[in-house]
Amino acid sequence: MQTDQLIRTLAADNAHRARPVGFALMLALLAAAPVSLLMFFAALGVRPDVMTAMHNPFFDLKFAVTLALAIAAISVSLHLSRPEASLRGWGWLLLIPAGLLVAGILGEMMMPQRMLPMPQRLPMMTRLVGSNSKVCMTAIPLISLPLLAAALVGLRHGAPARPALAGAIAGLLSAGLAATLYASHCTDDSPLFVATWYTIATALIAAIGALAGSKVLRF
Amino acid sequence: MREREEEWTGLMRSAISGDSAAYHRLLKAVTPVLRAAARRGLARAGQSVDQSEDIVQDILLAVHLKRHTWDANAPFAPWLFAIARNKLIDSLRRRGRRVFVNIDDFAETIASEPAAETAPASEVSAELQSLPARQRDVLRSIAVDSASIKETAAKFAISEGAVRVALHRGLASLTAKLREQ
Repeated sequence: MQTDQLIRTLAADNAHRARPVGFALMLALLAAAPVSLLMFFAALGVRPDVMTAMHNPFFDLKFAVTLALAIAAISVSLHLSRPEASLRGWGWLLLIPAGLLVAGILGEMMMPQRMLPMPQRLPMMTRLVGSNSKVCMTAIPLISLPLLAAALVGLRHGAPARPALAGAIAGLLSAGLAATLYASHCTDDSPLFVATWYTIATALIAAIGALAGSKVLRF
Repeated sequence: MREREEEWTGLMRSAISGDSAAYHRLLKAVTPVLRAAARRGLARAGQSVDQSEDIVQDILLAVHLKRHTWDANAPFAPWLFAIARNKLIDSLRRRGRRVFVNIDDFAETIASEPAAETAPASEVSAELQSLPARQRDVLRSIAVDSASIKETAAKFAISEGAVRVALHRGLASLTAKLREQ
């Protein structure tokens, strides 16, 4: 086929309109959400004392961190779906959840003992090690997987110049959403626990996302 | 050079609001620039410039299928060059070389002499053979026989909607096949 012939053919297809990448991403995530929710409620479920836990600011902080991660990663991944885009000017969004965590750790360290909720008065290492680290590191990646697959399907509508990077961000996105679910089950509320185990689980999913992205997000 | 880029942006805006003639003109206008950049990339990687037309067609297909990722408020050229650079690196890599392609390569070629088509492209034609019959027939009718969508619909006794669907799916699967090579 000559190039002129190809050009004429492309022009004939001009009427076709593709949906914006954001739309495709949301649709894919909504389709995968029931799978992840089912996994979560079947295997774990919300912790029984959730009503009391909500009065503990360190319990609530977990959601601020995980949702901040999910929302920042969604924005960055949509930005990166444009071929001329780079992380410059956008990467800092991903520092917001990290900043929230650091603020939480400092808060827990500096607040006088009597002002802290009971679980936060335990020794530092006890809080960091917690009692759910294994569940955390299994549940977050497993609940993430359907969401990661969906995010990659949605982002395939884009044209990322760096597919592995875009895939890693898709990993952060799905880990952020999965961790939001998991946080409602887990009784370890210390930011030290979150900063350690949630981060390991998230990094694992980001690595899987990068690997998958380098294959499926090429255009 | 600046004027030309602004013209492209204007044409692409018209194209997106439904003006197929503007779209045709835009693709015609960018092709010599893409061709010159593809040649330069091949030459620099020590490969035969005979393959440049395959790369040009590869880029045009990507431009077409990814044009919804262009922000209509932004200039068109940086987006185009990003797509072209990506495709060029990809093709050179597929042909067995790791190379660095500078974004300035494209900007420079805008000013240079337009390059004419030399060696014919073969990859798109080859992949065309492996498409499902309906898609292949529709693509051939429009590309090779220069038939319109309406004429193609009459020729195969199918609706114009069916022709449009087959046309778009055909272009999308051609692109997918080229990528998997």
